[in-house]
Amino acid sequence: MKKLQKLYLYLILLFLYAPIIILIIYSFNESKYRVWTNFSFKWYIELFQDTQIMSALYNTLFVAVVASILSTIIGTIAAIGINSMKKWQRSTIMNVTMLPVLNPDIVTGIALMLLFYIAKLPTGIVTLVLSHMAFCIPYVILSVLPKLKQADNRTYEAALDLGATPALATWKVTIPEIMPGVITGLLMAFTLSIDDFIISYFTTGPGVDNLSILIYNAAKKGVSPSINALSALMFAVIMILLIIINVRTHKATKKA
Amino acid sequence: MRKIVSLLLAFMLLICTLIFSGCNTDPSKVVRVFNASEYIGEDVIKQFEKETGYKVVYSEFASNEDMYTKIKTTPYDVLIPSDYMVDRLIREDLVQPLDFNNIPNYKYVDETFKSPYYDPDNTYSVPYMWSTVGILYDSAKVTEEVNDMSIMWNDKYKGKIFMLDSVRDTFGMTLKKLGYSVNTTDDTELDEAKSELLVQRPLILGYVTDEVKDKIISGEGYMGLVYSGEAGKAMAEKDTLRYAIPENGTIYCVDAMVIPKKAQNKTGAESFINFMHKPEIAAQNSEETYYGCTNTEGLKLLPDAIKNNKGLYPDVDILEKSEMLKSDDKINQKYLEIWNQIMAAN
Amino acid sequence: MNRRWYSAPYIVWSLIFVVVPLLVVAYYGLTAQSADGSLEFSLENFKRFFTPLYLGVLWRSALYAAISTVICLLLGYPAAMILASKDLKHKSVMMFLIVIPMWMNLLLRTYSWLTLLENQGLINQFLRFIGVLGKEQSIQFLYSEGAVIFGMVYNFLPFMILPIYSVMSKMDYSIINAAEDLGANKFNVFKKVTFPLSIPGIYSGITMVFVPAITTFAISSILSGNNVNLLGNVIEKQFLVGNDWNFGSTMSLVLMIFILLSLVIMPDSEKESQGGMII
Repeated sequence: MKKLQKLYLYLILLFLYAPIIILIIYSFNESKYRVWTNFSFKWYIELFQDTQIMSALYNTLFVAVVASILSTIIGTIAAIGINSMKKWQRSTIMNVTMLPVLNPDIVTGIALMLLFYIAKLPTGIVTLVLSHMAFCIPYVILSVLPKLKQADNRTYEAALDLGATPALATWKVTIPEIMPGVITGLLMAFTLSIDDFIISYFTTGPGVDNLSILIYNAAKKGVSPSINALSALMFAVIMILLIIINVRTHKATKKA
Repeated sequence: MRKIVSLLLAFMLLICTLIFSGCNTDPSKVVRVFNASEYIGEDVIKQFEKETGYKVVYSEFASNEDMYTKIKTTPYDVLIPSDYMVDRLIREDLVQPLDFNNIPNYKYVDETFKSPYYDPDNTYSVPYMWSTVGILYDSAKVTEEVNDMSIMWNDKYKGKIFMLDSVRDTFGMTLKKLGYSVNTTDDTELDEAKSELLVQRPLILGYVTDEVKDKIISGEGYMGLVYSGEAGKAMAEKDTLRYAIPENGTIYCVDAMVIPKKAQNKTGAESFINFMHKPEIAAQNSEETYYGCTNTEGLKLLPDAIKNNKGLYPDVDILEKSEMLKSDDKINQKYLEIWNQIMAAN
Repeated sequence: MNRRWYSAPYIVWSLIFVVVPLLVVAYYGLTAQSADGSLEFSLENFKRFFTPLYLGVLWRSALYAAISTVICLLLGYPAAMILASKDLKHKSVMMFLIVIPMWMNLLLRTYSWLTLLENQGLINQFLRFIGVLGKEQSIQFLYSEGAVIFGMVYNFLPFMILPIYSVMSKMDYSIINAAEDLGANKFNVFKKVTFPLSIPGIYSGITMVFVPAITTFAISSILSGNNVNLLGNVIEKQFLVGNDWNFGSTMSLVLMIFILLSLVIMPDSEKESQGGMII
């Protein structure tokens, strides 16, 4: 039974990873097209000479990191506030929070572009970060709220009774309790930010492209295999990090 | 709490430095170029920067429509849209007249491409490259001679044909097959084109864009509509591939360089336009992208295999029978409505 | 100070970044261009939408999104259950392994499926190589409704697994143990205890799969070769080809109302935690 369960999980993982494995294999294909010719490192070499891709990589990571951290901070604080609201207030705010999740990306993108234009904010990396925050914050709130509900309000009140200021009590008591939800929100925000292209396209400025925009723009004429090579490298880095972290926590738990 | 505050401050600082580093650059030293993707020779921009000392901020768009939406709110110095979009930009007063004293290389521009319908007095635009829509096919699989669109309605190739996921191009080629103008607004002609496309629908494997190159190289399909430059790239990859333009004419397209009204560096922009028509540069762009060279001296520098290819550089009489797409919202919306009907018939 | 005020910055934020864009969409959706080019109030575009052509597209999009949601649930629920079971080691690693594919660009992953599934793709080549298929034969996986549903399931499955897993891993095992002690067999434990407790996760999973599935356009465009035209495709073309922001916005409004209504239909219990609980 247990073996069967494991097999099932592995099959699901195989399904999720099949195209990624293909992508990695084909990043070593000499041809620009999806027909295998010869094994080659050509695209990896070209990748590091391609300033456009490298700057897009920098923008992607910068925006994803800044937007997901800022969203997590704003979203977590907001969630704490929402959680202590009266029921009707809470449900009003939650309905508004759900809306950007429902709006088609192209509509959000164009609407934000108009907003920045009216506000006379020059488009560029700042507007890119702001718009990413706009669609990330709801997900953060949605992942923090359930944890807040599970949290025990009495410990927070005890801290207040013992003389802590509300801010200190929140920081020392509530935040650690809801940390798993916060981390989930951060991860989710990071994931969404990395993958978005439509909203990014409309809210970025001249010369500030992220990887998704590059890929979307190139889709009419063929995506450069260097981008596949970059994805393969990113994938390898993530996997190695995951293994290192896992080994370290494993050791830590053994010591303890 | 102190940690959170310091973290926040650090981020604010980071963002501020970024904003200001963006503002520091003097606009008169920067040229912001907005071009279609993969539509320039590899190190052409570096050569331009080296020769003139300008810094180029280079962005790409996926389609003319994407570009049009974007430029309403964002300033660029040079745009390279297609003919019908140039027409629209001029009509809507979004571009400015060029100072041809700053573009001496304009003398190399082929007379064929001067005085187009969208800019009859050559005031606002300088042609960049040109292309046609035609049939890319695998001569190892398609035994008939391909000289008009009817091959794409041949039952024999059912499930091996790709059309373009581009409303105006797919309609245009069908209208041309029927002997009508690619820009018709006549309802009966459009109805005829619609039934023609509905007849063809079961034979079509997919309506695609860039994937068509991959799909014909791999043998997934035997023929597909493509733009000439893309056909050039595919033919370079597999030697049984051919590119044919229908004998009774096709859609042809000229992309042109214009300077928007909102440009911040007009002199720099003109210097960029001029540089694109240095014969060596024009030749390099056409050689690497396979799109048509509009520069007479540049054309001479192209390798024979390219300039003698009748698909890429067709005889003048085919071009005379061909048309450029004209586009305004009313026409596009009309075509789109019919397109939606065709796509819903499944 | 009441902690309620903590949400003040967020309320200001959402007024600017959520409400204003929505008003823009509503404004365009409820107006139409008059003869002189100015915008005036009109329900013309709504009438245009409520014709068989566009209703058909909406129905098809909803149907495919619903089918993929059900498949995601059937595939994802057991996976979440196994992930949450107490004797699985390295849970957090497994969780990451399910999230990481989503960090690769959606278009790149979808193109990769083409390499595998095309008529001349790797799977068909393999089948020909081992002799299951003849030399010129191939199984057509793509260019159909099935391909679109497949693509949706692939792209949104993690969004189903994560919320269900999160709810299940928070479950109180003492209840399950109690049920077992009281003599319930495994099936009854699942039916009476585990499943009811996991319902909030299922709701969030359904929301998080159904909503992106009904608005997608890239997946159908690439995998079906545009043979299947979904509402997402129609809206995108309306903005970009037709340059008709009014009708495009109208369609977006209808789509949003439709999604909100279909979420309301879901039973009321636990609505509070909706969409929540991603991990």
